[in-house]
Amino acid sequence: MLCDLPAHELTRLLKARQVSALEILEDSLKRIDQVDGRPGTLTPGEITAEDQCKVHAFITLTAERARAQAQAVDDKIAAGEDPGALAGAPVTIKDIFTVAGVPSTAASRILANFIAPYSATPVVRMEQAGALVLGKVNLDEFTYGSSTESSAFQPSTRNPWNTERVPGGSSGGSAAAVAAGEGALSLGTDTAGSIRQPAAFCGVVGMKPTYGRVSRYGLIAFGSSLDCPGPLARNVRDAAQMLQVIAGRDRRDSTSANRPVEDYLAGLEGGVKGLRIGLSPDYFRITFPDPANGEYIQQPLPQEIEAAVLRAAQVYASLGAEIVEDVPMPNTRYGIPAYFVISRVEAASNLHRYDGVKYGYRTPKPQTDLRQLYRASRAEGFGRQPKLRILMGMYVSAAQYSAQYYQRALRVRTLIRSDFEQAFDSANPRRIDLLLTPTTPTTAFPMGAVYGDSVLMQYADQLTVPANHAGTPGLSIPAGLAADGLPLGIQLLGADFSEALLLRAARAYEAATASQPSEGYKKK
Amino acid sequence: MPYQVVIGLEVHAELQTRSKMFCACAVVDPTQAAPNTAVCPICLGMPGVLPVVNQAAVELALRVALALDCQVAASSLFARKNYFYPDLPKGYQISQYEQPLAVNGRLPILTSQGERIVRIRRVHLEEDTGKLTHIQRGAESYSLVDLNRAGIPLLEEVSEPDLRSVEDARTYAEGLRALLRRVGASSGDMEKGAIRFEANVSLRPAGSDELGTRVEIKNLNSFRAMESAIRDQVARQSATLDAGGQVQQETLGWDDLNNTTFSQRSKEEAHDYRYFPEPDLPPLAVDDVWQARVRAALPELPHAQLQRFMTQYDLPETDARLLTEDAATAAYFDHLAAPQHGIAPRAAANWLLGEVFAWLNQTGGGMGSLPLTPAGLAELVRLQEDGTVNLPTAKRVLASMLESGRGAGEIIAQEGLSQVSDGELIAGLVHQVLDEHSHELAAYLSGKDTLVNWFFGQVMRLAGGKANPAVVRQELERQLHSKKA
Repeated sequence: MLCDLPAHELTRLLKARQVSALEILEDSLKRIDQVDGRPGTLTPGEITAEDQCKVHAFITLTAERARAQAQAVDDKIAAGEDPGALAGAPVTIKDIFTVAGVPSTAASRILANFIAPYSATPVVRMEQAGALVLGKVNLDEFTYGSSTESSAFQPSTRNPWNTERVPGGSSGGSAAAVAAGEGALSLGTDTAGSIRQPAAFCGVVGMKPTYGRVSRYGLIAFGSSLDCPGPLARNVRDAAQMLQVIAGRDRRDSTSANRPVEDYLAGLEGGVKGLRIGLSPDYFRITFPDPANGEYIQQPLPQEIEAAVLRAAQVYASLGAEIVEDVPMPNTRYGIPAYFVISRVEAASNLHRYDGVKYGYRTPKPQTDLRQLYRASRAEGFGRQPKLRILMGMYVSAAQYSAQYYQRALRVRTLIRSDFEQAFDSANPRRIDLLLTPTTPTTAFPMGAVYGDSVLMQYADQLTVPANHAGTPGLSIPAGLAADGLPLGIQLLGADFSEALLLRAARAYEAATASQPSEGYKKK
Repeated sequence: MPYQVVIGLEVHAELQTRSKMFCACAVVDPTQAAPNTAVCPICLGMPGVLPVVNQAAVELALRVALALDCQVAASSLFARKNYFYPDLPKGYQISQYEQPLAVNGRLPILTSQGERIVRIRRVHLEEDTGKLTHIQRGAESYSLVDLNRAGIPLLEEVSEPDLRSVEDARTYAEGLRALLRRVGASSGDMEKGAIRFEANVSLRPAGSDELGTRVEIKNLNSFRAMESAIRDQVARQSATLDAGGQVQQETLGWDDLNNTTFSQRSKEEAHDYRYFPEPDLPPLAVDDVWQARVRAALPELPHAQLQRFMTQYDLPETDARLLTEDAATAAYFDHLAAPQHGIAPRAAANWLLGEVFAWLNQTGGGMGSLPLTPAGLAELVRLQEDGTVNLPTAKRVLASMLESGRGAGEIIAQEGLSQVSDGELIAGLVHQVLDEHSHELAAYLSGKDTLVNWFFGQVMRLAGGKANPAVVRQELERQLHSKKA
């Protein structure tokens, strides 16, 4: 089917007038109809056996809107105009971005009725480039989670490889929609690994760009200093093409980087010959405090995860890269505790605006007192995960604790960044160009298995969160299947604004291993 | 027990930019615009939107900071001040906390105790909140929210506790307002809430160096409210201390209607605003070039100008204050009293503050609406000083100038208003009056000296008001004297 083709292939066929945007769209809608099942809602009722074998990527399907976009693309092509770099690419948007005129729920009851009058900058850029926006896809409530199960919109998304498993999260709907062929591309966000982890769980490519490379305007904030919009795609070229479209300075986001965007496609096939690719022991174990006594426990990664990374290193070596072992990244272990503090302080503050007064959910029970109105609206409107983050965020930012927690976490963050700076420092004789690591310590876990045990779930982000602290880019690419038949992901981490290099190295691995499903197109 | 009053003032001034602090919404007159018409997703605090700093606001803030002789930070930080209230759409106010735009400034003030320096602790940028109107209709009560004001740039200037009296506080506040207006940073329009005060008041035994427990009074929207609130607080605190009690640290609000304070919260209930750096804004950078450019373009500041007017023009403080209250008046006066006009500065001041101000008050316009150049006014003053016209005539001429826009010389010539100084002519008039009033002359000669003024009046009437009064008086005295002999 058309929907299984890479986005860049669809755009090529479209421009060659071998297929129309409307045909591509209808094909995607057919796939959605076949595999997605009912969309997530606030009132799901019983989760049926039928529900349990569907993907449920969507919260809101915007078929009519997409048809209008497809028609516009076809009109442009008919008129001989350039339809754009993503012309005809069916895309989904994580429902944490605003799209004008469409509900923007953040997967929370508190925003279920919110329709923004503005679109997020990356969405605007994708639409201008001719993408067909199929709709808004599910996520953990306000992105707070790693499985998409905490969404207020149920049934939550299931992993297309095995619907008994989670798709990961928080960009679970995005990764699942891409993996299931519902949409070739998806716009996700990554605050601690929320693009890379579900990409790994669903066997797709997911990239967290450098902080500031992609505008956050219209992204409903979680941890504002950590949040990065980025692409999910089925292959590296598509990810590169999508990043090319969404990256760049945005006057509406003062933290967006004011530097030119590199050409991510020009050197994509340039290979890795001569690159120094590092392996770090600190990324082959999970260090976490024993809940009983606070002692640090080191747990090695499952053998097959480590083996996948070492296989990849072998592939790179055979392609002419130099493998540098034992790269010290000693502060990796503090990534999660520092993240717990920083992200929650920012999250609690970012959630202040949802007060039931201006928009969003307001308690239907009559209230006589303003404070009671706030309390009731927020108590009823927020799910468990936002509440946990508010509680902890308010605690660690309180005047009497701020120095002990928040200020300290900021210093730890600086240390984590210094790990990266040293590793990539050109003056360091053992400097590397890229770090090769596992993306996740496990493959996709069963639905319901870890949900609710917030601490353990967060430690699953230990290998991805350092890049968020450092503000540096990283991507996850599929690296075959584990014994349980689920996808494995490997991660490449680079220095600030090294997206082109990361994509090139990822493409080299992809090409060498042909992990990309390459079913040729047969014209109907 | 005698106490020393210690006051620190926080002044919040709305900056007169065209657009808001962090979005492109127009700044509108809150007393004119319909509610919630100057709003957008950013100042409404909608999900996903981001603030962008208005560089014009930074420029105005920089003018104030440099005019106050502050050290300006090359890099300052915005922070979030978190609290819930319906006038604060985001649930936090973007302000500057740990690293403000500028610190360590000074504002000289002139009080009845002489010149004093009030130290400025910090100057920082923030955004205004919306406006709530509480409605009570019978049993029903509700609040209306207007977010037109939400996001208007505010500049906060925090003084050190250097003020020692209500007079100090008033003089400082007026001086700061004059400075804000002079550098073009704020309209200073108190009626429209462009400037608001918060006062920190404490007492300590006279001679002590330690600061007493302070009480903070918020919501002071006029000079009068500020003075009343401080007076009220000084009275309360001295009564408490005299009775052997201790002042409790607390935050009070000011009730303008009932002229009294009400408790907002005690120390125990103090808000924890959970300040942390605003992650949506990079540090605010102000380089040396920008600073130098702003500094070089600063106008003469009100205090320096006041001093100059008192020394250069030898004017009393009250006159100098009135003349330097706004830049336009001061500039007008500088032109009027310029040496080439050859008029005495005091006479110039009297004319400007007397007749001209009276006319402006009557018409309700500012200096800009005055249809009279300094040179034109100077001509009139000169014609009066050199005796061409007498004072009452000169005032009539001025009225005519303001009405018609014609020059003083022209009016005097056309209407034949020149003063008669001709000794012979006046001698004849005096002679005629004395001749025609032999009864009064006899009464005068028999000792009724006060009749001299009556004769003077008669002569002036006969001259149609145009006779030079000095010449008339001199001639009258001469002729009366000769009759006495």
